Amino acid sequence: MAIKLAIPSKGRLMEETFGWFQARGVRLLRTGSDREYAAEISGINGVELVLLSASEVPRELAAGRIQLGITGTDLMHENIVDWSSKVDALAELGFGDANLILAVPTCWVDVETLDDFDSICAAFRQNHGFRLRIATKYHRLVREFLKDAGVADYQIVDSQGATEGTVKNQTAEAIADITSSGQTLMENHLKTLEDGLILKSQATLYGVPVDMLKGPQKDKYMAFLAKLAL
Amino acid sequence: MSRDAEIMAETQRLHRFFKECGALSIEPDFLQPADILLDLYGEDIRARAYLISDPLRGEKMLRPDYTVPVVQAHMKGRANSARYTYAGKVFRKQEKDIGRPSEYIQVGYECFGDDDPARSDADVFAALSEAISGLDARVQTGDMNVLMTAVSGLHASDDRKAALLRHIWRPQRFRILLERFSGRLPKSESRTALLTAQDTFQGSGPFIGLRSKDEIKERVEQLRRNDPTPLISETEMDLLTEISQLCDVYPVVLSKMHDLMTELPSISQAIERIERRLEALEARGIDTQLLSFEASYGQTSMEYYDGFVFGFYKASQKGVSLVATGGRYDALTRHLGNGIELPAVGGVIRPDLLVEAKRSAVWQ
Repeated sequence: MAIKLAIPSKGRLMEETFGWFQARGVRLLRTGSDREYAAEISGINGVELVLLSASEVPRELAAGRIQLGITGTDLMHENIVDWSSKVDALAELGFGDANLILAVPTCWVDVETLDDFDSICAAFRQNHGFRLRIATKYHRLVREFLKDAGVADYQIVDSQGATEGTVKNQTAEAIADITSSGQTLMENHLKTLEDGLILKSQATLYGVPVDMLKGPQKDKYMAFLAKLAL
Repeated sequence: MSRDAEIMAETQRLHRFFKECGALSIEPDFLQPADILLDLYGEDIRARAYLISDPLRGEKMLRPDYTVPVVQAHMKGRANSARYTYAGKVFRKQEKDIGRPSEYIQVGYECFGDDDPARSDADVFAALSEAISGLDARVQTGDMNVLMTAVSGLHASDDRKAALLRHIWRPQRFRILLERFSGRLPKSESRTALLTAQDTFQGSGPFIGLRSKDEIKERVEQLRRNDPTPLISETEMDLLTEISQLCDVYPVVLSKMHDLMTELPSISQAIERIERRLEALEARGIDTQLLSFEASYGQTSMEYYDGFVFGFYKASQKGVSLVATGGRYDALTRHLGNGIELPAVGGVIRPDLLVEAKRSAVWQ
């Protein structure tokens, strides 16, 4: 059986992925029309290319339906419990950099650190009768981060998009989201807490542990990694 | 007998035992309203409990423990003091260790409204101890009140003491707060700037969100008010460390605490409570001379226990397991009862772990 390698199906991430493989002597190219999700790989045998949304890669890898895949660190850590026991992080690709951060309104002049944040959480709950809301789609990462930091009296509200707007719309008091330049945060009058970096994320090549493969599939997998000098 | 049958038999035996102690049997619903549990335990409960959405009733939670529904049932009734027992499954998500069960039986014994806390503490401890007698378990006890009274006796502003008490169950944040209030963690430059700024809101952008300008101002004023108050002294920091590290058999711990009391008189209240409890335990036939006490016990895993805490441990082939555990949780009843506090102490036994211990080790 061929090795399945999943790469991002869209945009710059796909272009940069092509570039990363090209630099290692493996040529990836799209086939068919612009809108057809099909691609080919040359320079190596026994590897099949799959175009997949980055958010689906973690799940597919963990289930063993694909053997290699490129996705963001953030998506892997958020979606797969105890990810390091299920997949290997083979290479950080040096692009798709983004930080998952905790941000609050810039008008909160009294809040610079998690310590401040925790303290106003208590006051907010007393004043408003409910826990301060953090809008995010990274529920697990945020919860674990705040648990380790000993922050209490907050609640997570789900936000799958336009997260930076939730504070102004009063559906949340703070946000946790991915940012690369910080521009969107600034334009929405938000600032990152000094110690509010939850995770540094970048595009990463993940693979299933070699021990999970057998026979020819294992050989193909090993040969491909050798080709990539991994 | 199969393992499951053995667990069922143990469950029934324990349940019967607590009924014979005078407890009413109670059987709360599997599905509990999620909002109450979320409000009580915070986001952490989402990582531990199964949330289920019901199209008509909204979010429900598969009961992660019995404490909340039992307290609620008691508060609904008219009775002032009562004892309850229950036996049934609780459900816990496991995010880390796949080997840990996500559903297991708890048999519990809870005691509400007794006006003599020492007696009911002793009663619950003795009942659980007797229920698993023969197990030869290692017993650990503690009392959250020791650290709490120590904190309230510090020379610090009320705001600071309240902040410390709020985090008594989160040792890491508790430690950071202490470092800050004692000056070991220096103030940042920007914080100093804020405290002395003429215009607090210079360049801070528009006011957005639900947290109002007044709330922000109030916090800044609070920071300014507390800033010049004396830092917690190194002497008191050392005392606090010494108290939180107390760990020995009761006679040794008590003698140390009496020494510490001369420097931190507020702990006398906790000492008195412990001494009264020990008398009550002796009266129930428990030998307290060799019983172990740890001041920090209950700080990490047992949020809302705010007095006596205890656990019975047993080593088996699968490692050391906590077979039975319990404590006093007056604060939790205050939360659930909208300010009405009700003395409450209770404990639970895990029949599955009991059977495991029985099977793999000595059961006399």
